[in-house]
Amino acid sequence: MKRPHESVIVQITGIVMVPFIQLFALYVIFHGHYGPGGGFQGGALLGVSFILTRLFLGQEASSKRFPSKLAAVFACTGLLIYFLTGLIPLFNGGNFLDYAHLPIPGMHAAELRYYGIMFVEIGVALGVFGTIVLLYDNLAGENW
Amino acid sequence: MRWLGIAVLGSFFALMLFASTGLPDRGDPDAPASTHVSPFYIENTMEDTDTPNVVTSVVADYRGYDTLGETVVIFTAGLACVLILRKKGVL
Repeated sequence: MKRPHESVIVQITGIVMVPFIQLFALYVIFHGHYGPGGGFQGGALLGVSFILTRLFLGQEASSKRFPSKLAAVFACTGLLIYFLTGLIPLFNGGNFLDYAHLPIPGMHAAELRYYGIMFVEIGVALGVFGTIVLLYDNLAGENW
Repeated sequence: MRWLGIAVLGSFFALMLFASTGLPDRGDPDAPASTHVSPFYIENTMEDTDTPNVVTSVVADYRGYDTLGETVVIFTAGLACVLILRKKGVL
């Protein structure tokens, strides 16, 4: 898909749908504490929204909006967030991935675990999101 | 050869059907899977993690190592794809 899609209807539909898909992805990520959802599903939805822009805008225009190198950076950052969330409690008197020892002042253990889970979910979502976009770009074989 | 394959598959299917009759019922509270650590997770999730969704607290907190491994697997798959399929001169 080097060139944009010929049909105006497809382009306009895609432009309208993409922000809602991204908003729903954020909802899925942050609602994982209370219902079905979480990092993997939300990250997949985020990645699919950017692949949709690749499909109807063409590789050139959508790579200017969201370059593949940025996707690689996102994938690495997500994994790094997960590792650091596990590693920081290790230097703070706890075990690896023991979120109760995260150095955030003014919170009790259960609340710290709550936010630890949230950091981990954000890391997973960023990792999955970057990896999916990266996979699509390389499998499509376009030069980026 | 073709009938041999069908016979092997059919006998394996029959064996699986026979073995499935020995499995505990779905949602059985006395099954081994729901008597080991599951009650601990269900009872202590709210005090430990403040998270009403037990699945999330098990996936990201109690079994955090496993989720870390899954993320690394996905990341490694993407990395291998980039290293094999990328065009020259980029990244």
